[in-house]
Amino acid sequence: MTRRDRSLTAPPWPVALPAALALLFLGLPILALLVKAPWDRLWSILTSTTSLQALRLSLETATAATLVAFVVGVPLAWLLARAQFPGRRLARALVTVPLVLPPVVGGIALLLAFGRRGLVGQYLDSCCGIALPFTTPGVVVAEAFVAMPFLVITVEGALRGLDTRFEDAAATLGASRLGVFRRVTLPLILPSLAAGGVLTFARALGEFGATITFAGNLPGVTQTLPLAVYVGLEGDPSEAVALSLVLLAVSVLVLVALRDKWLRTGAAS
Amino acid sequence: MTGGVEGRVVVSRTDFTLDVDVDVQPGEVVAVLGPNGAGKSTLLRTVCGLTPLTLGALSLGGVVVDDPARDVLVPSSRRGVGMVFQEYRLFPHLSVLDNVAFGPRSSGRSRARSRDDAVAWIERLRLTALVDRKPHELSGGQSQRVALARALASSPTALLLDEPTAALDASTRLDIRADLRDHLRQFAGPTLLVTHDALDALVLADRVVVLENGSVTQSGRALEIARRPATQYVAKMLGLNLIRGRAHDGDVAIEGGGTLHVTDRALAGNVLVAVRPSAIALHTTQPEGSARNVWPGVVDGVEPLGDRVRLTVTGAPTVLVDVTAGAVADLHVAPGDAVWLSAKATEIEVYPG
Repeated sequence: MTRRDRSLTAPPWPVALPAALALLFLGLPILALLVKAPWDRLWSILTSTTSLQALRLSLETATAATLVAFVVGVPLAWLLARAQFPGRRLARALVTVPLVLPPVVGGIALLLAFGRRGLVGQYLDSCCGIALPFTTPGVVVAEAFVAMPFLVITVEGALRGLDTRFEDAAATLGASRLGVFRRVTLPLILPSLAAGGVLTFARALGEFGATITFAGNLPGVTQTLPLAVYVGLEGDPSEAVALSLVLLAVSVLVLVALRDKWLRTGAAS
Repeated sequence: MTGGVEGRVVVSRTDFTLDVDVDVQPGEVVAVLGPNGAGKSTLLRTVCGLTPLTLGALSLGGVVVDDPARDVLVPSSRRGVGMVFQEYRLFPHLSVLDNVAFGPRSSGRSRARSRDDAVAWIERLRLTALVDRKPHELSGGQSQRVALARALASSPTALLLDEPTAALDASTRLDIRADLRDHLRQFAGPTLLVTHDALDALVLADRVVVLENGSVTQSGRALEIARRPATQYVAKMLGLNLIRGRAHDGDVAIEGGGTLHVTDRALAGNVLVAVRPSAIALHTTQPEGSARNVWPGVVDGVEPLGDRVRLTVTGAPTVLVDVTAGAVADLHVAPGDAVWLSAKATEIEVYPG
């Protein structure tokens, strides 16, 4: 592009200036995090017992929450996309609630449902001795509640957009409905399954509000990475910054994993 | 193989009704020929179980698969119908081998057994070099053969083809059509194909059913239909002039004026007259000679057609006339010119209609 061409496409300054400010506003905090990170002590902080505990717990619970989302969320997505049943619109609205609900409210709602004296929790406690609040499974529940909608919505969108002609073809070849789903539908929506899974995992990993409300903040049991960052800020801020770097690294990895799915389609269209 | 595809297919929609009697016997290839929107694809969808009947009943190999009155509807997956879709619909995530093995695998065979079955069909359709390819790596003709192999590998009781040559480019269509005919001849069950291409119907099928606007307007042997089309649609597709009139003692009084002399003096009443555009001669002055049918006209359109030129000449009757490009240059004909036409009585096909 020559200078002459640029003069035709250059944005006017009332657009360019606020746009530059917005970029700066978004980029500066990330830069600050990188600049102020305790690079010299990073390794020792990250390999301390508290950090390793929190990191391991976070990875385990986020993985479990993602698995839960797959097991029940993909069938739900199929139902929303393909089945006709009364209350389908309500069901879809229900799926989006956790996306807009403040996570702390989600945590309170979970307490009222699954707490020791909650709607369902009291029976879980009395009949089977299961108590979710302030336990590691409770963390998984909180994360799954907040993160599952990402999977359901991504997969539902993929199923809606999927050409049913391949499924018709599979049916004429003798495949049962379950066979069609397993051998044709799932492989065809694999990219969306992966994208939804990555989004869900990332959201579960960063979960804070619902977790601290429903599961508490017990080191080694319910203190995930974001909670450890929060606690660290009150004690040793450089520890908080170091742990934040780990979460930032995960976010970057997620962006890289999704770049084909989200970024490039955005650029192309 | 007992019984073919038999029954009456009625599908009603708000603005369209398909009502067709179907009868395709084992070993027979029937082509349903019709324009877009005639209901051809809907007919195929009812047979393979993707669209339920509104009325009527349908049986495959002697088994009733759809009968709204008796609340019978066998799903696609249990009809055993092999369908070759217009756009082939090969599973994009599977290799050629696994596409072909899909049917056997669905019928409950082991993976290894299914692949053996698939390999047999792949060899028979000369696709061995392509077994490991994915569908996006295949040409149109290769895709079609894979789709055919996939349909046949599920051991269907009937074979259905939707517009088998529509997705092919013109240069390969002829070879692939001939190849397809050989494969269809070898299939022992009933074959029903739909197409809007007259050549498909004439080359591939034993019998042709013409479907227009949801109902059958003509049916019969392919040659018979090619010689004596019953509707303007078929005549147009075959490139024939079709003229309606009343016959009496060897003269046909044409609707809209004019008379044609024909050889059949016995025929009387409403008739159709079919004349090939190349059987009509063009003259700049009134011809004298043996042709008994001579009439004047005005050139209305000039359109190149391969090595010939097709003229539309308005007159009594208005007809298409094919002449050589050289003749057009010699005679200097252009739209608006007055010309004379002649046709021998022996070149005119006349039949009740």
